[in-house]
This record gives sequence, structure tokens and C-alpha cells, in this order.
Amino acid sequence: MSTTVMYEEKPLKVVGTRPLRPDGVDKVTGRARYAADYNLPGQLIGKVLRSPHAHARIKSIDTSRAEALPGVKAVVTRDDFPDMQTEYAAAGELTINFRDVTRNMMAREKVLYDGHPVAAVAALSASIARAALGLIKVEYEVLPHVIDVVEAMKPDAPLLHEHQFTDGVTPKPERPSNLAKRMVFARGSLDEGFKQADLIIEREFNTKPVHQGYIEPQACIATYTEDGQAEVWTGTQGHFVFRAQLAKVLEMDVSKIRVTATELGGGFGGKNNIYNEPLAIALSRKSHRPVKMVMTREEVFRATGPTSGANVKVKLGCTRDGRITAADAELNFQAGAFAGSSVAMASMCAFTRYDLENVRVVGHDVTVNRPKVAAYRAPGAPIAVFGVESVIDEMAEKLGIDPIELRLRNAAKEGTQTYYGPKFGPIGFIETLHRAKAHPKYRAPLGPNQGRGIATGFWFNIGKETSSALHINEDGTATLIMGTVDVAGGSRAAMAMMVAEELGIAYDKVRPVIGDTSALGFNFITAGSRGTFAGGMAAVLAARDAIEKMRRRVARIREVPLEAVAWKDGRGQPAEGGGAQFKPMTLQEIARDAGKTGGTISGHSEINAEGAGPGFGTHIADVEVDRQTGLIKIVRYTIVQDVGKAIHPAYVEGQFEGGAVQGIGWALNEEYVYGADGVLQNPGFLDYRVPVASDVPFIDSVIVEVPNPNHPYGVRGCGEVPIIAPMAAISNAVQNAIGVRLREQPMSPPRVLKAIEAAAGAGAQV
Amino acid sequence: MGKHRVMATVNGDAVEFLCETGQTLLEALRDELQLSGTKEGCGTGDCGACSVMLDGRLVCSCLVLGVEAQGKTIHTIEGMAKGEQLHPLQRKFLEHAALQCGICTPGMLISARALLERNPDPTEEQVRYGLAGNLCRCTGYHKIVEAVLDAAREMRGA
Repeated sequence: MSTTVMYEEKPLKVVGTRPLRPDGVDKVTGRARYAADYNLPGQLIGKVLRSPHAHARIKSIDTSRAEALPGVKAVVTRDDFPDMQTEYAAAGELTINFRDVTRNMMAREKVLYDGHPVAAVAALSASIARAALGLIKVEYEVLPHVIDVVEAMKPDAPLLHEHQFTDGVTPKPERPSNLAKRMVFARGSLDEGFKQADLIIEREFNTKPVHQGYIEPQACIATYTEDGQAEVWTGTQGHFVFRAQLAKVLEMDVSKIRVTATELGGGFGGKNNIYNEPLAIALSRKSHRPVKMVMTREEVFRATGPTSGANVKVKLGCTRDGRITAADAELNFQAGAFAGSSVAMASMCAFTRYDLENVRVVGHDVTVNRPKVAAYRAPGAPIAVFGVESVIDEMAEKLGIDPIELRLRNAAKEGTQTYYGPKFGPIGFIETLHRAKAHPKYRAPLGPNQGRGIATGFWFNIGKETSSALHINEDGTATLIMGTVDVAGGSRAAMAMMVAEELGIAYDKVRPVIGDTSALGFNFITAGSRGTFAGGMAAVLAARDAIEKMRRRVARIREVPLEAVAWKDGRGQPAEGGGAQFKPMTLQEIARDAGKTGGTISGHSEINAEGAGPGFGTHIADVEVDRQTGLIKIVRYTIVQDVGKAIHPAYVEGQFEGGAVQGIGWALNEEYVYGADGVLQNPGFLDYRVPVASDVPFIDSVIVEVPNPNHPYGVRGCGEVPIIAPMAAISNAVQNAIGVRLREQPMSPPRVLKAIEAAAGAGAQV
Repeated sequence: MGKHRVMATVNGDAVEFLCETGQTLLEALRDELQLSGTKEGCGTGDCGACSVMLDGRLVCSCLVLGVEAQGKTIHTIEGMAKGEQLHPLQRKFLEHAALQCGICTPGMLISARALLERNPDPTEEQVRYGLAGNLCRCTGYHKIVEAVLDAAREMRGA
């Protein structure tokens, strides 16, 4: 069973305006409390000992000297956690396996990457805890390792998991391998499609893993009491999902764990998974004191999930007039140390902007000796789309067709059958293409060594379990309890705006608060751009429930039938044609007398939201390439995206701007660099360079609104689409600027220079 | 290991704290003085989230030792507003939606104020280079740059 609420067009007073965010003043004054800002009386500081090897068998762990150090109160290793069997669960957009979760939080038989946790210590101070780590003796048998995805797929590659036989192939392979899973999404006939083609282009692409790069390192504080109850404060995108994971790996009752989602210092998919939380609880259980654990930036890079690096092969065929007849892709994704990358999502997104008859996408999920990947904003899609949109650009160039026009000739629209399942309802892809084509930036003059690139993106968006409560306070204000974490985009403001619109009261009379896990029923994680879509639907339904109760109250007080009471402009008033006349009651009057007329009024909703609206975007990137240094400068950048409805347009622009700049970082500079020893060489912001203010221009945002029919205000979700197109758009712009096509990311100066030199050496375009 | 006694002036108040030799000014502010508005993003001086003013100079407090604060004057985000009156930069950050998660915001505001003290009428490019030591992963800097330019305009009375 699931819930959808139909869109209705109506005059709006609050939705679509730009009020200040409720969490704003705390954030500009330093008052906002992030996980690392919490302290408890008597707390200890926890630290983690991590593997210095990419791949090794743990022969023994001796913690005795660490335990003997004065000030050390507890040490935990693999022996303090139960082993788990294979069992899958959803965590954000990716699926987790508890057998792997318990091994990732604390190594058992083997360490599988540089930075893999081996032991944890709780001590009176950080300096004592750090000293204790140095006293733990771990005996390793170092094993050969594999970092590269193509290498890892070879039959003689070092093997990470002796029990891993490729899933998705029949018959089951005889030997275990690093290829965890093979998946195929297909429709029509490729042979037929390629036969109809006048032009066939086949290319190969490679991308590097990049990190979500949230500025707040993971932090948590946990306290476990002698009656077996645990309380945790942590920075998470989904505290209910964290609670479920903790209950599982610690073999505790869900009811005995209470998790508070603190203010979140950025996540982007990277805070969907537990890391230190179970260690902190175990250390607290052992030491009988609260334990606080804060990761260093180096730990964040070495041990929390980046997104996959990948190898992508794309083959497209089209007719002379630009109609795509066949689309084939192979996506080889690094999963990191444990199976479960975003390759399935990437496979489903690869071609989905287009209406295609003959499609095949083969996805491979491959384990390598790197940290287990996590979701990163539209997980996997930017990687697949980089390859596909590059080939489409080449196609447009070869056919002499305008790149937007070529896309228009193939664009998905309402009724288009996707190759992974659903048929599209109303979508706004074509609108984004038209608006991009008409945009002045699409015709802005280009200087020497400057070029323009186009690329497009699609993301599903999701719904899922969501609950909310709305309390009508005695003074006529309202408190909204949400269960979806505001991952910083401003969903608290958006929910309060929708509730104010429903109730007919001012925005600042609605206070949105994110409840802890004891305040509401289960809520899925804030992922898949579901916050404002599903959270908003739950908030609207809670408001409608409260309104229903207030109408009943008015009917009883005024002694009229319920049907005679309509809710309008913040009051219960005679319904048109309701047949009864009475003095209207405002929300404030109802609230003031609630105690005497039947008790407190609260609305609730517990739903499984369905009907998330697919999001589409078209990007225009203008670059300038310095032929001497290989530096690519972004001159102009424009995003045109269908969001269904922008509840708070400034926060939608914020998603466009932030997503685009993350994509620019992915395209130009960011990458994990490993040495031959399998050790990460750049675990810091100095050598892992995310974009700074002087690297980027203003981002032009064009908001397109084709309402999602399955949301009361037409919301689709908008946070993930903006990061999908930048890599391809920028690469296409570089080709347009200097006639060199870059198929390796990132397009950092040394790589660009090499490509320019290679092209000059070959005496022709690459 | 003995701790050092440090006396300093923080946001106009005379303060006194004890810290270990290896503790940073950032740790002293956060853990000893409970001024947790200053954030740690990297601990290596690369992200600017811990920006504070030390004797009138913009520093990453993670690169300064706590003991170095002896006798010095420090300004942190907690001292930026004057009572109810937000600093124009704080107000403009709110009005322009120039913050999302907010973890970089205190450091960004301290840096922006230092920039406008040096250069009350910066160009867009000067704002971008002036804030290049402060990483923000949410906003793409667009609205931050707009907010700083707007605050500068207002502060100049233009």
C-alpha cells in the first residue's frame, strides 16, 4: 500500500515565496549544534586504529598494552561484535548487506583497504586515546591488492572475497572473483538498431572516485546505560535507518536505541551509513561512560565512502537525420571493498533521457581494495552520462546538427517507455531543451580558446516511508515534527511553507523541528531527492488531518453538521451551499479553547509516499582552455531544470548552484590518488582539491515547472539532477574550444596538456 | 603531562583556560571555552571553517597552538552580532540564502568581515579570491559572493 496525493492548481500565498530559513540565525551566529558540538557529562574520547595496508589477513590483535595505559577505559576489536549473515537492507539509494556492514565498521578476517578499522579505544582525553592506538599490536599477513577496476576483473587478479561468486550469471561461476554482480537492462534488438544506423560511434571512458566532500567530518556521541538502553547523537541523513542498522549489528532491540539527528554539516549521500556509531556504543557499553568520536579529515577520505571510479564503454547508432536507432553501454564500477556500488542506478540512468527502441546496458559491480563506496548525489548517473552525452555530442558534430536539436529529436516525453521499467507520466525534459535553446547564454559570443558544451541529466527521485506530526499550539501557532532530516537544502523551510499554506496562517507561525527516533514512526533516509517530495506530502497530510479535526471542533461548538464547515484562510467558516450560517472560528480561537472543547489538536500522517516525479535538466557550459598550462576555466554555466514546483525558489537555485559546482570539481580536479602500495596519497583538502570560490563563475539557474501530478504542490525533487551533466557538458565544451576530446576524468591540467600534445603529435584531432 | 594556563581576551571577555602543549587554539576554544561556533573541517589549515581573528589577523585556529593565545585578543563568530543586532554580513547571508548546511558559515563570515575591513569596495573577483581559503560544498559560492557584495554596499552606505 502506498500514498499519492494528487496535484491541484490553486492560488498560493506562501508556496513560491522566499522567506528566511528557520535554521538560519543559529547558523550565522555559531549556535547551531552539529554532532561534534555535543558533549555529555563524564564523556570519554574514542579513536580508531586503522589498517596501513590495502589488503592483509589479520593474524592477531594484542590490545593488552593499550588497555594498561592509564586513562584508557575500553578497547574494542572484532571480538566485541557478533558476526552477521548475508542479509540485505535499503540504505538510501544503495543496498547494504549486514555481513559487509559489520566487517566494514570493524575488520574481521582481513583488512581490505588502507584505513579499514581494526580496533577502537576510549580514553579520558584525545591525546591518551591516540597514544593507546600506538600500543595496539596487530600482526598482518600482507596480501597482493588490486585498485583498478579493469585489473580487478581479470581472472588472475588478487581476490578480495573467497566466498564471492558473480551474481547474475548462469550457470553460477566455478571460481570466486571480484566481479560481484552482472546486470543487464535491455529493450528491443541491438542488431536491428545498428543495422538501421547510418553512423555508429563507439568510445571508452574512465572516471576516478571522488568524495562527497562534506565539510563536517563524521561525528557522534553515544551513551549506553546498564539497563541496555543506548542513546546516540550523530550527523546523519536518516536517523531511523541508522537506528535499524545499529540494532542489527549490535543485536539490540530497536526500541532500546534512540537516535537524534543533529544539525548536519553536509552529506550528499555520504552520511547514509554507520561508521563510528556502533563502535561508540560498544565502547560506552564496555566503559560505562558516554563516548564521543569525531573523525579527522584524513579518516573521512580513507575510510568513508567516495563514489565509484569507473570504466564505461558506449556505442551509439543513429540515422543521418539524427534519430538514435541503437544504444549500447557497458558500465564497470568500483564498489570498493564490499559489493554494492551505484552501477544499477547508473545503468538505469545512462540513456533514459531519450526515447529509444533498442537499448542494452550491462553493469558490473566490482570489488577492489578501496573504501566501500557510498551514495553521492544522483549515485552513478554522472559517470554513465559523461560517456553517453560525450558520444551524442560527437554524433551531433559529425552530422552537423545543433546539439540541442539532436537531443530534441530523441527526447523522452510523457508516454515514453523506459528500458528499465516504467512509462513516463508528465515530464519536462523537452521544456528544458527548448528553454536552453532560447537562452541568451546559448548565443553568447565565444572568445579565442573558448568553447560551449551541452549535456543533459535525468534522475528518478523517490518516495518511501515518511511520517509527520503537526501540533496546533494553544496560542494558534503550529509545531511541525518531521522525520526526514533536512540535509541542508532547506526542507524545514519548505515543509513549514506548505503547512502554512494548508492551514492558512503565516509562515513564521509554523515551527518545523526534526524529531528524534522516539518522536515519530519510521522514516526512510533523506536520499533520492525525497525530502521535500515525501516529507512535504507527509507534512501536508498531517496538516489536513489537523484541519479535519478543527472542522469537527467548529461543527460541534457551532452545532452544525461537519459538511457545513469549510476551512479557508485560517478559519472554519460556513461552507458554500452547506446550508448553515454561523460565526466563523479562526485557528487561534479554536486553539485557545481546545482544552475546554475536547482537548489538544494534533494532526498525523504515516505514509509510504509514491509517485515521485522524474527530474530532467539541460546544462550549457562555456569554458576557456589555456593551451600552455592545460588549465580549464569555466567562463559561464547555465542550468535549466524541471523541478515540478519550486516551493522556495532560492533554495532550488541553491541546489542547482551547489550541484553544478560539485560536478565542476568532479570534472576538473577531484580524484583519489593511490600509490603502488595501495595507500591513499591525498587524504586531505590540500591535495584533494574541491572547487574554491575563485574557481567558478556565477551559475545561471532557470527553473522549469511542469507539476508532478502525484504531489499536492507538484514537487518532483531537485537536489540530484544538477550534478549529472557537468562532466559531459564541460568535456563537450573543451572539444568545442580546442578540438580535443577528453575521455578521462578529471580534466586536470596535466591530463589536458597531455591530450593537447598528443593531438598535436598525431597532427589531427583526438 | 602538565597543562598550561593561558590568559587571553575572547570577544571582549578576559578568559583563562588550561591546555595541553599540543592542543590547538581551535580545540581550546571548542573544548575548554565551550565556544563551539568555530568549526573543524580539516585540522590542516585547508578549509577555513576554523577561521578566527587573532590580534586583528585572520588565522586558521587549527594551525595555532592554544598556548600561543597567551595575552592575545581573539574574535570568533560568537562575538560577531551585537546583542540583537546581527552584523550586516550575517543578515545578508540570511537574506541571500547564502548558507545551506552552515558548517562553513562561521568561518566564511569571519573571513568575509576581514576582507571588507581590508577592502570595503571589492569586485566580484576580489571577493572570490578573498574567500578562496574557505571551502563550501553546498552552495557553489554563488549566493555567498552575492551576499558579501551586497553587505559591502550596505556597509559603505552606497
